[in-house]
Amino acid sequence: MSTLQSNTRRDFLKKISLTGGGLMLGFKWFSAHAEMPAILNAADPVVVPAFNSYLSIATDGTVNIFSPNPELGQNIMTSFAQIVAEELDADWTKVRVTQAPLDTQKYERQLTGGSGAIPHSWMRLRKAGASARYLLLNAAAQRWGVPATECTADSGFIIHKPSGKKFSYGELATDAAKIEMPKEVPLKDRKDFKLIGKPIRNIKNKDIATGKPIFGLDYQREGMVHAMVQRPPAFGTKIKSIDSEAVKKQPGIIDVVKFQQNVAIVGRSTWEIMKAKKLLKVEYEKDGNIESTKDHDALFTTLMDAPNATVQRKDGDVAAAFQSAAKIIKNEYQCPFLPHSPLEPMNFFAHVRPDGIELVGPTQTPQRAREAVSKLLGVPEDKITVDITRLGGGFGRRLKFDYVLEAAELSSIIKKPVKVIWSREDDMMGGSYRPAVRYRFEAALDASGNLTGYKLRGVGINAGNNTRQDNFPVGAIPNVLIETVDHVSPITTGAWRAPITNFLAFAEQTFLDEVAEAAGKDPVAFRLELLDKARKSPVGKITYDIERFDTVIRQVAEKAGWGKKPGVFQGFSVYFSHASYVGQVCEVAMKDGKPAVQKIYAVSDCGQVINMSGALQQVRGAVVDGYGHAMFGKLSFKEGKAEQNNFNTYRLIRMKEIPEVDASFVDNGKDPTGLGEPALPPTGGAVANAIYKATGKRLKRQPFLEEPLFAKMQKTEES
Amino acid sequence: MPVYKLNINGKIRSVDVAADTPLLWVLRDHLQLPGTKFGCGIGQCGACTIHYDGVAVRSCVMPVSSVRDAKITTIEGLSENGDHPVQLAWDEVDVAQCGYCQAGQIMTAAALLKKTPKPTLEQVENAMHGNICRCGAYHRIREAVLEAAKKTKP
Repeated sequence: MSTLQSNTRRDFLKKISLTGGGLMLGFKWFSAHAEMPAILNAADPVVVPAFNSYLSIATDGTVNIFSPNPELGQNIMTSFAQIVAEELDADWTKVRVTQAPLDTQKYERQLTGGSGAIPHSWMRLRKAGASARYLLLNAAAQRWGVPATECTADSGFIIHKPSGKKFSYGELATDAAKIEMPKEVPLKDRKDFKLIGKPIRNIKNKDIATGKPIFGLDYQREGMVHAMVQRPPAFGTKIKSIDSEAVKKQPGIIDVVKFQQNVAIVGRSTWEIMKAKKLLKVEYEKDGNIESTKDHDALFTTLMDAPNATVQRKDGDVAAAFQSAAKIIKNEYQCPFLPHSPLEPMNFFAHVRPDGIELVGPTQTPQRAREAVSKLLGVPEDKITVDITRLGGGFGRRLKFDYVLEAAELSSIIKKPVKVIWSREDDMMGGSYRPAVRYRFEAALDASGNLTGYKLRGVGINAGNNTRQDNFPVGAIPNVLIETVDHVSPITTGAWRAPITNFLAFAEQTFLDEVAEAAGKDPVAFRLELLDKARKSPVGKITYDIERFDTVIRQVAEKAGWGKKPGVFQGFSVYFSHASYVGQVCEVAMKDGKPAVQKIYAVSDCGQVINMSGALQQVRGAVVDGYGHAMFGKLSFKEGKAEQNNFNTYRLIRMKEIPEVDASFVDNGKDPTGLGEPALPPTGGAVANAIYKATGKRLKRQPFLEEPLFAKMQKTEES
Repeated sequence: MPVYKLNINGKIRSVDVAADTPLLWVLRDHLQLPGTKFGCGIGQCGACTIHYDGVAVRSCVMPVSSVRDAKITTIEGLSENGDHPVQLAWDEVDVAQCGYCQAGQIMTAAALLKKTPKPTLEQVENAMHGNICRCGAYHRIREAVLEAAKKTKP
């Protein structure tokens, strides 16, 4: 075959196909134009892992699946494999999953963020599994000399029904590779699913429970040195002078290197570096605005009435609606900056060699990290490899690649393989944060309690558009004005789990509760009424599906026994984000005169659930995350410097503080949508609305613990 | 620098490090036992939990010089084949999300059950309260500890 002499990827695959047995399917899972899988053979698929995205079936029946997207606890490695194995009718006990390295030729969207991996890959993964099943089935039919229609697949075997004969996938793999690929393959009906939707345990449970070195921080390399970096402690400052003499004399210290605004201490072990770092003397000088949280409070007040707001949405005539209103409700809500706090601190390995660059570590965005390293060091991307380790949490922090750049630049300077690690203090003080934002909501009600006018202004710090201007309740209100003002600050911000909506949903859902009360309506009935208005006379662009929204509201209200539990204070909240719908009811009880959050019901519509065990974890975890940060989370600044720098001053939720969570799903069989984030936004609002029922006090700022209601209680406890 | 002879997972290991080196970094950097994790460095998160003569302690704030002849157990040495009742329960209940804190959680739970084989819910919560799980998998951590207690012979 002439193509054997060619260097194209496809031909390389064919070369491999000549070397031995087994079936290997290379396919672009992530291609925008989902191609049909190419067929190839391999003697031992394990030794050729890096040339394509594929599933392989070895002659011993092992099914190996490469998972391209970074795993940070969303359980993608298990869920992806389940989808492939479902359509393949594989024996789940023979499925192995491996993290794929970055390869932009084979994969698209090799990224963890935006709750997008499953929705993006759903059909591609199913077709990949179904194609392999087709080949195996036809290989068996040919061997038996029977029509393929007489054969079925079941748990790693092709069975000839009339005779009861069967072949294992391993036995058929080599022959299957010779079958011609069909143009179309039938996919299963969901009623026949055996794996999808079932609670399959995390495929990496054993590695995790036995302490296997699977995280970036665990990565070791012969000849590798360690480094920690001193960054400007306050935002808006730069290096004036460095005195590193004392550091250099410390045992184990190899070098002290300045690059950008960083001073890296390079050494042979982590502790020696940590110790020596304390002796580093760096003087800093002003290099921009030096900002404090109290300045931001004043700034928000100014920006709230600033004339230069960006209009994000305008429907009807808001001024007229407010002028003719029978009642106007107006409130402001504010949240602080938050660090992401993934428990594995930032770290990355880099080895810049004359012939190329090797990068290894935890990143949510390997592709962008490589692009940035390529640009920084002037090395073409095809000379840079990125291996993705398991991520000890992300929450958006590892969508930034500042720490990858640090490792690469440092390695290029010291000409050694190096692992840069951050301390917790480095992460909390020098990271990128959920932006601080203040919202002002205004509602106009007519004499019959109809919501006729709605205004929202969001002012934020490096928050961009801090609204979701086409989301509910917009579409149900004739006169709307949504506008934003953004302040550019040296304090760096970034995407924090459920960006913007993680706080916007709280503000909106507590405000809607207040409006419902002013209109004399039940909070659930009020929301359903708004949806009905959007259904019957929609206003402008609507991004949400009214019926799906309606269903989660009704379902969670029913599940929680909304309004039917005397003595239990209930709060309602519902939010649409990442293409999914989540309704929540929080239950609060008064204990010793204090509101105690007891339970949160969450009903989610994310379409088809892939892994019921993982899905329940995502929802429970998101509720705990949303509640914990609303209650305790606060990062404040004084003269450009974060005032909290570790878990002794920055409080994260712990076991005794969690509410019970009753999570369930709408079973509608629609294509899957996001689940890593959507259950977080509604939680703060559900909690605040329940606390209002219990105490008559509205929570308007996060963290709740600093609100007058709780601050007063804390004071009483102390005295 | 002094040489310390440490009893780690039933083996005597020698390390030549400064006296104030936290046991965590001795394990991770010098003994190739990276299962014990670094999370905060100030004993707040529990990711670095190990057993010191059977008691759960934070290795990030324990200087190597204070270890002496104590029997140290890390996650790698908790069981021969990953089949300690707590490890089995962790799989059965399907606890882990990102998994980073879990070694520390498991070590805390195993120490609790050694001392209190049949803990009450309150005892479980008190013991586990010091371990942060940023993913918020607390419900299943609690459930798994109780499940492991069922498997543990008193």
